[in-house]
Amino acid sequence: MHGSHTTASPQGPPPLANTRDTLLLDSVPEIIAAALLAAAVVSAWVLMPSFGDIGYLADKSTVYVESGLMVLAMTLIIVAGHIDLSCASTLGLVGTLIAFCHVRLGIPLETMLVLAVPLGAALGAINGAAVAGLGLPSLVVTLATMALYRGVAQVLIGDHSLSLPQWFVGIDRITVAGTPLRLPLLVLLAAAIVLGLLLHRTVLGRWIVAMGTNSEAARYSGVPVGGVTFLLFVLSGAVSALGAVLMLSRLSVARYDHGAGLELSVVTAVVLGGASIYGGRGTIFGSMLAMLLVAVVQTGMGLGGIREDNQVTAIGALLVVAVIMSNLTSRLRR
Amino acid sequence: MTILDHRAPNTAAQPPIRRVLAVRELPILLILAAIIIATGIAQPRFFSASSLRSILLWIPLLTVVAMGQMMVIITRGIDVSVGSMIGLSGMIVAMALRDYPGIGVAGGAVVGMGVGAALGTFNGLLVAALDIPPIVATLGTLGMYRGLVFIVSGGRQVYAYELPDSLQRLSISGPFAQQVVPWVVIVAVVAAVATYAFLGFARTGRNIYAVGGNPPAAALRGLPVRRVAFLAYLLTGTAAGLAGVLYCSRFPSVNPAEVGVGYELLVIAAVVIGGTSVFGGSGSVVGVFLGCLLLGTINVALSVLHIPDAWQKTIYGLIILIAVIVDDLVWRRLQHFGR
Repeated sequence: MHGSHTTASPQGPPPLANTRDTLLLDSVPEIIAAALLAAAVVSAWVLMPSFGDIGYLADKSTVYVESGLMVLAMTLIIVAGHIDLSCASTLGLVGTLIAFCHVRLGIPLETMLVLAVPLGAALGAINGAAVAGLGLPSLVVTLATMALYRGVAQVLIGDHSLSLPQWFVGIDRITVAGTPLRLPLLVLLAAAIVLGLLLHRTVLGRWIVAMGTNSEAARYSGVPVGGVTFLLFVLSGAVSALGAVLMLSRLSVARYDHGAGLELSVVTAVVLGGASIYGGRGTIFGSMLAMLLVAVVQTGMGLGGIREDNQVTAIGALLVVAVIMSNLTSRLRR
Repeated sequence: MTILDHRAPNTAAQPPIRRVLAVRELPILLILAAIIIATGIAQPRFFSASSLRSILLWIPLLTVVAMGQMMVIITRGIDVSVGSMIGLSGMIVAMALRDYPGIGVAGGAVVGMGVGAALGTFNGLLVAALDIPPIVATLGTLGMYRGLVFIVSGGRQVYAYELPDSLQRLSISGPFAQQVVPWVVIVAVVAAVATYAFLGFARTGRNIYAVGGNPPAAALRGLPVRRVAFLAYLLTGTAAGLAGVLYCSRFPSVNPAEVGVGYELLVIAAVVIGGTSVFGGSGSVVGVFLGCLLLGTINVALSVLHIPDAWQKTIYGLIILIAVIVDDLVWRRLQHFGR
């Protein structure tokens, strides 16, 4: 979508190290992700004819919308040279808070739904303040808040599952204008377009790339590094909260461990999509391709009767293989 | 142990008060003391042999792996696959001892450390030979190794009664009177002392600091940068393998869905709380050991104070945050002193 245009953007050459790269070679990671995706789709189709069932796929797609949203925010954060390991815990805590306030404290659910995104943004602001304000490494800060937010959720409702009212349940069943497409998927698509434009077509986006390439240089060029960093973590919290609302509606209950471990698959998807974990490189398009790849592989394996426990091996191997491939190609062109 | 920390200011010629302040581990010692005193006041029962024993039983697994993780982090890397490595080696050790009890505990330890070393070698090759960023490489193997735990075990757990008694005895009995110090603690202490000696006095150990402190400079000085990084992952894998054996000794069953899960968080927390810089080049065995001790003390304090388990994560998270913030503040203050 936007990825292949990075080098040819109207703002002139990007502040990346190697401007001699041709358009094609620069998007090698996305090409690898796309090729793997095509291979996965074809093999799933050939091996399991039921994979072609659109209704089934549409049904399955809603499971990945929540992590897809987090993938979008994580892409921006990783391109800026940071990481947010607390995103899945933020999702869990916001979901827990919504249900806790409604079920235990009697606050109307509508109020809580309005408050959800600000709540998530506030949790993200804590990360942002520690990283941008105190200058602490984001890996450590968000490792701590990953435990902290999950812990608070556990303290609030323990091992209980809090049920939500019937009218709120089932956003994932709403189809769009007669197509099998589900509403949450549309939310994800809209978010992808907005954040894609933000990263690849705005000054803010250029700043994010510049910060990830060389944060000192960006600071001296007048980029408000601290402010942008803070904003990105707030955005990540807000997007996770949106994911929390979608997940609550899909699962109809809140548990403190909802989304536990998703942070790893989110980071996996971003890296698989060609973003550099050191910052400065990455596209929304690539991340979405990779997210789709993970979804196809998991759905295919699920159809093939491979247990979820064993699927992590394949996802892990996929990540390693994709990164090795992209490293080898970049070595070849040197 | 400021000698081990090349970032520490030269303290030899400074007045005593400043030398005390310059001890890198001071903040964590203060936090540890505060927790011990507060818990002791709230519940005097905390000062008992049984609490001490619980703490001693809790920390060996963590300490052993944290020693390796510290070396990796000093080289500017990170290994998030340690939990899965503990899981896979622990599972294989448990199955080996169940099916071939004849190999004994020593044989089990060899199997565990062998499996761990193989897994660590793979991580090391990905990072050092193929130039894959450490967090990406080990994130991949975190998934791969965890899945392998299920595949190898067929999803079935190994119960303690299927394992030789001698294995359990490692966590129960020890060489000293009244058995207050179980064997697993001795294993951890030996691992820590060995790491201390290695990092402090062996040429390769010093190279780990040099490579982490400034990789290009280390390469220009002719240090084998790649080999040093590889070694750190290999040692971490081996340590995780040993921890897998300790796991089998301590827990009533080895379940593929539980063994080692989430340990990466605890291990990295202990290393970071212990004052190891995530930017590489600095970290000390004593600090990391104190980090493990702090987490273990909190764990036991919670149960002595009858605080529900649900609070554990919240408190771990808070402690990590407090530790890094305090550490950062103290460090900045110190650099002001230096000028």
